[in-house]
Amino acid sequence: MSAPSSLRATAAPPLTVALIGNPNTGKSTLFSALSGIQTRIGNYPGCTVEKKIGRLQIGDRAIRLVDLPGTYSLSPRSPDEMVSVDVLLGRMPDVGRPNVIVCIADASNLERNLYLFTQLRELSIPLVLVLNMWDIAQRNGVVIDVAALEKRLGVKVVTCEAQRKRGLPQIKDAILAASTTTAAPPPELLPEPVRRQEQTITEWLTAVRAPHPHYLVERAILDAGGEAERRLIELAPDGLATRLANARRQLTDAGHRLAAIESLARYGWIHQQLDGLVTHAATGRESATDRIDRVVTHWFTGTLIFIGVMLSIFLSIYPLAQVLMGFIEGKQEQLVGFAESLMAPGMLRSLLVDGLINGVGSVLVFIPQIAILFLFIGVLEDCGYLARAAYLIDKFMTKLGLSGRSFVPLMSSFACAIPGIMGARVIENRRDRFTTILIAPLMSCSARLPVYLLMIYVFVPSAYLLGWIPLQGLTLFLMYILGAVVSVPIAWILKKTVLPGETPPFVMELPEYKWPSAWIVVQRVLSQVWRFLEEAGTLIFVTTILVWAAGYFPGDHTESNALAAQIEQLSSVAEPDKAQVTLLQDQKNVMDAKLLEGSLLGRAGKWIEPVVRPLGWDWRIGMASIASFPAREVIIATLGTIFSLGGGSDENSDTLRSALASATWPDGRPLFTVATAVSVMVFFALCAQCGATLMVIRRETGQWRWPIFTFTYMTLLAYVAAWIAYNVVSRLAG
Amino acid sequence: MTTTLDQIPVGNSARIAHVQGDDGVSVRLMEMGLIDGVPVKVVGAAPFGGPREYLIRGFRLSLRSTEASRVAVSPL
Repeated sequence: MSAPSSLRATAAPPLTVALIGNPNTGKSTLFSALSGIQTRIGNYPGCTVEKKIGRLQIGDRAIRLVDLPGTYSLSPRSPDEMVSVDVLLGRMPDVGRPNVIVCIADASNLERNLYLFTQLRELSIPLVLVLNMWDIAQRNGVVIDVAALEKRLGVKVVTCEAQRKRGLPQIKDAILAASTTTAAPPPELLPEPVRRQEQTITEWLTAVRAPHPHYLVERAILDAGGEAERRLIELAPDGLATRLANARRQLTDAGHRLAAIESLARYGWIHQQLDGLVTHAATGRESATDRIDRVVTHWFTGTLIFIGVMLSIFLSIYPLAQVLMGFIEGKQEQLVGFAESLMAPGMLRSLLVDGLINGVGSVLVFIPQIAILFLFIGVLEDCGYLARAAYLIDKFMTKLGLSGRSFVPLMSSFACAIPGIMGARVIENRRDRFTTILIAPLMSCSARLPVYLLMIYVFVPSAYLLGWIPLQGLTLFLMYILGAVVSVPIAWILKKTVLPGETPPFVMELPEYKWPSAWIVVQRVLSQVWRFLEEAGTLIFVTTILVWAAGYFPGDHTESNALAAQIEQLSSVAEPDKAQVTLLQDQKNVMDAKLLEGSLLGRAGKWIEPVVRPLGWDWRIGMASIASFPAREVIIATLGTIFSLGGGSDENSDTLRSALASATWPDGRPLFTVATAVSVMVFFALCAQCGATLMVIRRETGQWRWPIFTFTYMTLLAYVAAWIAYNVVSRLAG
Repeated sequence: MTTTLDQIPVGNSARIAHVQGDDGVSVRLMEMGLIDGVPVKVVGAAPFGGPREYLIRGFRLSLRSTEASRVAVSPL
């Protein structure tokens, strides 16, 4: 820092501070406590790691606080884990090399938390060590001599209770103080041969003009098959691979076990440093977590509690969301009514009402489900139960080729795949996370229900199978579980083909129980809702407008508009002539059906009729299915319009039911049979007819290829399954 | 006498001898502090032969039997 900048402190460049620590140390809580709401969330390029940067002011110094993912070590084994190393080494574009690292540790668990700390020490960046959850440590009988620890470790040590916002000023002071110091030289804790090998290779790299930091070279030697090795070999000239192999062989020859060198050396050093400074006084009683866990993770009571918790979440998402969705839809209708009262029927009004307002509504309608689900997940995670739930259900999920972590995201997908996919972030392992994301849209979400209900009540006889099983109920149940059942072989195939790799380990910490913090949970809900709006909102909105345009153009709407104006005129008087209104409405409906038939959408339906014929569909069903690719619930309104009933039909409408029942092929055969109805339902059960889901998949995987892949595999699957269903049911029923 | 961690009954303790294997999983276990001489207690087990819960260095860790079987221990 030059002299003028310290005189004019406000002009000093912002400090970049990296926040890193083990999982379950309260890192996110500290991040929020320090930066408040001034947070920007994005993704690091080419990976799924969330880029979270907060802004705060310490005195008159601006701080950019970079939140790095929770990790037990800085030994990257995947591109996602490499992100933290790249940020800390200043190799991440538009983040900048951190001026200070804040390492947050669980005070009850110092030994294990210091492992990461010893690695951070090697980066030659000033460090601040924060001992969080200080109150819990004291309650657990952990006594730490902080002053002596500071002296031994050579860094500032601050105690903190992030959840109660205690210790924050001290952390801020420590950050400022650390920023003006230079990092103490790292302790030479790795065995001498490792350091010598690292030195040799680093010097060689510099000599061949491909210099790399010491830490990266050290990682390349120690993590055989790791990300640092892969990256360095890619960047460095030929000969590095041989040199790394040589270095490793020499270490092995010297009697070291490569996989264990580092952990033995680091834990050995930590043990020495903590010797005499940390005492665990026997409190003479079980900790609260132990007492809770004896019930909550017990094989019997634990399973009961698990079922109870999951069932109540599952059963309450839908009704709770319904209330909020009803509210949004009510507001939407008000807005539509308002627009219609201002404008005469015409293209602009149709664009505004059916395009714009409907488009905004189709985005907003997802928010209740997202918010409610993340409220539940936030509470469960913050109190420590989410890890227990994964622990209890793991065995069952391994049978499906997944891990316990996938349960909650997949269960949520039965309400709506979007929060389910967003919730898959709790799955650490990339392969498990991607498999979960790719099968989540197969779970039967609430938007499929209207299609099932309509088809079942019109076409499945209300008879009893074997005298006691209601056929309609059975069909509904089969439709509901179809996606979940199909997802098992799909997950298996995905893991064999596009997501190859070893079975990921299930090494998971079960954190201490604590009361969930309301503001952490609320912040989490808000950030998820915001993320959805930002990434998926625009595209869903645009797609809705495109579908509107495809159903509106080309076509001369003059007569239909005139009729609409006439109807509105008639209805606006005190005692409208109901018979006349109905007559005109029927005329208008017939006209609108003709217009839809002549539109781009209708033409597309006719064009694909040969393709959907084998499923037992005519062009009208084909067209309704095309229209429902952005959002599957659209099918009902589209069927309503094409069967001349107007666009306002819902699945309970008797006129729509009877219209479907009496619809025929041109030769007079009935269009819908049981087989056609089943094939429509199977298609809707398995098809990726949800633009929002695909957008969220893109957001969560960071690449376009995954939503494209999901769309392709699900559409093919839906087509084939609907074809099989049509043929099987035709035989059985015929 | 040595055995592996998955063989220790619930409620019992053992001392870690070493973690077998050189792949990412073993390294991860060692990074989390499962190294020579550290005592471990088996706290509980998930139903139907699922993962088990271990207490080590003051924190609780869930491991499947495939992972626990990599950890050579001597019973205490």
